[in-house]
Amino acid sequence: MVETVSPAALTFDGLLCLMLLFISWRLIRMPDIFTAIMLFFLFGLLMSVAWVRLNAVDVALAEATIGAGLTGAMFLAALSRLRRFPSPRADPAGPESAIGLTRPETPEPY
Amino acid sequence: MDATTETGPVGPAPAQIGVPQRLAALLACLLCAGLGVTVWFLPVPEATLPHLVRASLPESGVQNPVTAVLLNFRGYDTLLELVVLLLTALAARAVNGAPPPARTDPPLADPVLSAFFRLLAPLGVVIAGYVLWVGQHAPGGAFQAGSILAAIGVLAALTTGFPAPSGPPWQPAAVVFGPFTFCAVGLGTMWSQGSFLQYPVSRAGSLILLIEAAATVSIAMILVTLFLGCLHGPRTAQVPAPAHAPDPGVTGAGSAGRPPLFTDPGEEP
Repeated sequence: MVETVSPAALTFDGLLCLMLLFISWRLIRMPDIFTAIMLFFLFGLLMSVAWVRLNAVDVALAEATIGAGLTGAMFLAALSRLRRFPSPRADPAGPESAIGLTRPETPEPY
Repeated sequence: MDATTETGPVGPAPAQIGVPQRLAALLACLLCAGLGVTVWFLPVPEATLPHLVRASLPESGVQNPVTAVLLNFRGYDTLLELVVLLLTALAARAVNGAPPPARTDPPLADPVLSAFFRLLAPLGVVIAGYVLWVGQHAPGGAFQAGSILAAIGVLAALTTGFPAPSGPPWQPAAVVFGPFTFCAVGLGTMWSQGSFLQYPVSRAGSLILLIEAAATVSIAMILVTLFLGCLHGPRTAQVPAPAHAPDPGVTGAGSAGRPPLFTDPGEEP
């Protein structure tokens, strides 16, 4: 029942898992929304590679197109809308801070 | 790795994490660990379903076991998934309100972008058609093909500008086309076979292809609707006025009435 996995495949899978975890951690800690969306794209693409590795090509296709592509595009569209039409409650720090998406006090380290 | 950027010297985050937050985090970690251990020690379930699917694959009308499960053995689930997608599109339309009148002065499209889009669009349509067709015997199908078509629609919205924030005038018909066809086929099989979505074996393949083609159109249109909803959102005229007088420096663009069409894809930094 136990399949033998070649060391190269095992290394690839391990690196993939580590990169997915690292990207998701960076994503949720990212103060800049635009960079976070870019990380989300990257996460979706790597996730679809992971689905291919799990022999689920159907899910990989759906993840690449819907998960990474279209959802990311929706995020970008919503971000551009946020910037064009700030909420009336917006404080001078910017539209993102009004909905608690950024911590404007944090110095921008990037 | 770069922990110095996270626990910055003057960041307000450390001050916000109090005892209740730490307790909640600890409880969440414990719960996760407990769940993981429980799942790890669960007995491996006997895999009977793959054998069942493989045994009855010849009766399903398709050669791809995933499509057979999605459209034949569990067609009811897929129909309900389509209905859920339809509901999201309806919600997006409801939030967006009535579409504003189409622009009489369409913005000039970027020549490079629109040329590239004209190159890409037929290619995307062909790929979507292929993915839809190949779903009969290899990975692919309606959801994948629909999302590829929707990507073409998103590109169209970004490069050329849709006539109205809610999409083309035939958009509502396209959105309900898939669920409607699915239900019609289900009712037809109910009438001829006596059970909802129980296809006759000889015609199962063509019925599945028909359903998938209709679902592809609907899925693509629903996803484009959601994208346009994100892009344009509710009209600012419908947003209730705030109690206090808004700062004129903040609501400069928002008070201009109808949001302008998204004509500048290079707006992002």
